[in-house]
Amino acid sequence: MYAYDELDRTLINERVSEFRDQVRRRLSGELSEDEFKMLRLQNGVYLQLHAYMFRVAIPYGTLSSKQLRQLAHVARRYDRGYGHFTTRQNIQFNWIKLTDLPDALADLAEVGIHAMQTSGNNTRNVTSDQWAGVAPGEIEDPRIWSELLRQYTTLHPEFSFLPRKFKFAITASEHDRAAIKVHDIGLRLHKNAQGETGFEVLVGGGLGRTPFIGKTIKPFVAGRDLLSYVEAILRVYNQYGRRDNIYKARIKILVHELGIEKFAKEVEQEWLQIRDGALALDDAVIEEVRSRFTYPVYENLPNLPEELKKAAHDPKFEAWRKNSVFPHKVPGYAIVTLSLKPVGGPPGDATAEQMDAIADLAEKYSFGEIRVGHEQNLALPHVAKRDLPMLWRALDRIGVATPNINLVSDIIACPGLDYCSLANARSIPIAQEITRRFANHETANLIGRLHINISGCINACGHHHVGHIGILGVEKNGEEFYQITIGGRADEHAVVGTLIGPAVRYGEVADVIEDIVEAYLALRANPDELFIDTVKRLGVEPFRERVYATR
Amino acid sequence: MTSPLQQKIKITGPSVVTANRTWDGVVIYRTAAKNWTTDLSEAAIVREVDEARALLAEAAADDLGAIGAYIAPVEIGDDGAIEPGNLREQIRSEGLTIGLPVPA
Repeated sequence: MYAYDELDRTLINERVSEFRDQVRRRLSGELSEDEFKMLRLQNGVYLQLHAYMFRVAIPYGTLSSKQLRQLAHVARRYDRGYGHFTTRQNIQFNWIKLTDLPDALADLAEVGIHAMQTSGNNTRNVTSDQWAGVAPGEIEDPRIWSELLRQYTTLHPEFSFLPRKFKFAITASEHDRAAIKVHDIGLRLHKNAQGETGFEVLVGGGLGRTPFIGKTIKPFVAGRDLLSYVEAILRVYNQYGRRDNIYKARIKILVHELGIEKFAKEVEQEWLQIRDGALALDDAVIEEVRSRFTYPVYENLPNLPEELKKAAHDPKFEAWRKNSVFPHKVPGYAIVTLSLKPVGGPPGDATAEQMDAIADLAEKYSFGEIRVGHEQNLALPHVAKRDLPMLWRALDRIGVATPNINLVSDIIACPGLDYCSLANARSIPIAQEITRRFANHETANLIGRLHINISGCINACGHHHVGHIGILGVEKNGEEFYQITIGGRADEHAVVGTLIGPAVRYGEVADVIEDIVEAYLALRANPDELFIDTVKRLGVEPFRERVYATR
Repeated sequence: MTSPLQQKIKITGPSVVTANRTWDGVVIYRTAAKNWTTDLSEAAIVREVDEARALLAEAAADDLGAIGAYIAPVEIGDDGAIEPGNLREQIRSEGLTIGLPVPA
């Protein structure tokens, strides 16, 4: 966990006072909505279909039990008893009143949580691998660099009025769990030929109306140069990014239109002027941030404890263990993913009772730490393997032990037309129906890894472009239709999926997904060939034929 | 951003003016009595562009009470009941099409 210092606490508390005054002035009529809108957005407050929506940042996806309990408190006291974890390590409350927002922010500030830069044309919440610091084989904990970026970008005056929003993601593992290739800047920690640690910097990734996979702008940037190099990119974007057309304002469009070589050249010129200035990070600064991360004192524990051997006789426990428990860098410990995707439930939602219970379990079994992943699930990052059977029973009781991680019912979905003022079509009921169709875990296991992503509009909050199966809601003559893509992926081999054919009606979507899955089962070379690999090998045509032959 | 009053108004049938209430964000409709209601059945119905423009102008002038006023289609049943004219407005008027994680 990262411990905030006095500066952080002061900043957050001052922000609450400032926003309280802004809300007061809005409600008294001193501020018009036109004047107030940007101020509320800078504090994560949107207006959705039914109410205000409050988006709270969970920097690099790390929460303490105390913080999770406070999120539960906000859900219970100011909202309707639940929250929605998003694809960018935020949590959203959907029913909050403007009059309650200053108090909610103040309550969150007590535990070091805020909503700064969760909206608006600025640098957004810096996201990272939810297994940071515990993943086997990781170069180093990427959250140290995420935190440095958080401090550097928070309320940075030069980057508070960018042409458009700007998102960072960082990973330090070979397998990318942070989707860095679909971010404005993606950072991959790695070692160069000399064995030095630094960053591969990718730029211009993003989804939405015009999806692009990020391109490598510099294969190696040393840690001391990270901030200056990032600043050079942002300066070039700030100078040349389009402000005349919202649909062409993201950095991905600039990189695409200039070409990566020309863009890189501009960045290099800018960087050479600033690299040895105030932004050069000396070791003391990096160590200061590193020292504020505290790590558990792990015990020496057996990797296969007796408790685990005994529990292996219970097929339900084994099904969960094989699906939701992952290797940890320390022998005798495991990373446990908690599924927020129950069959028939809205993806990513957690009730206040679940959050409180998870906070308690984290305290008991995971050194008081919880992680939030962009797949809209939670994780307990430090669980002793001997505790897994006890933990499983507790998780099962509160409904977060569905053994469907990375399977067909582990669906990423945006809130869609049920909540969102931008959406054209519903996402959640589509997800719910698909999970019912694939409720049988044996069938889901037979199918294997398969990511379905659903967005209710072209803004792509559900990352449909990079789903193994992507579902995009559109509106035609007042009716919901859905375009289906296949073959997308968001990991280190990220690629945008291919449209398989004409959009289908709301009532047909789950049938189409069943058809695609049945086609895959018939076409795969062997039971170990994943859906995504079958699509890569055969292309979309056999799937297109199967789906449209009878439609 | 273009003000709602500067936008071209096109209506193809009975319509209402709707917005969200400033202090809590709740869905509201403009009434004939120059007020707001949360009940669609009490909304003022307009059928002509000029009527709609006038109702919208009056609604938009209440910046303190409401946010984002716009014209929304409705359908009028044989019994005179006012129904939302599309799915978006149905969801705004009647609520989610899914159950809440925590029942209200």
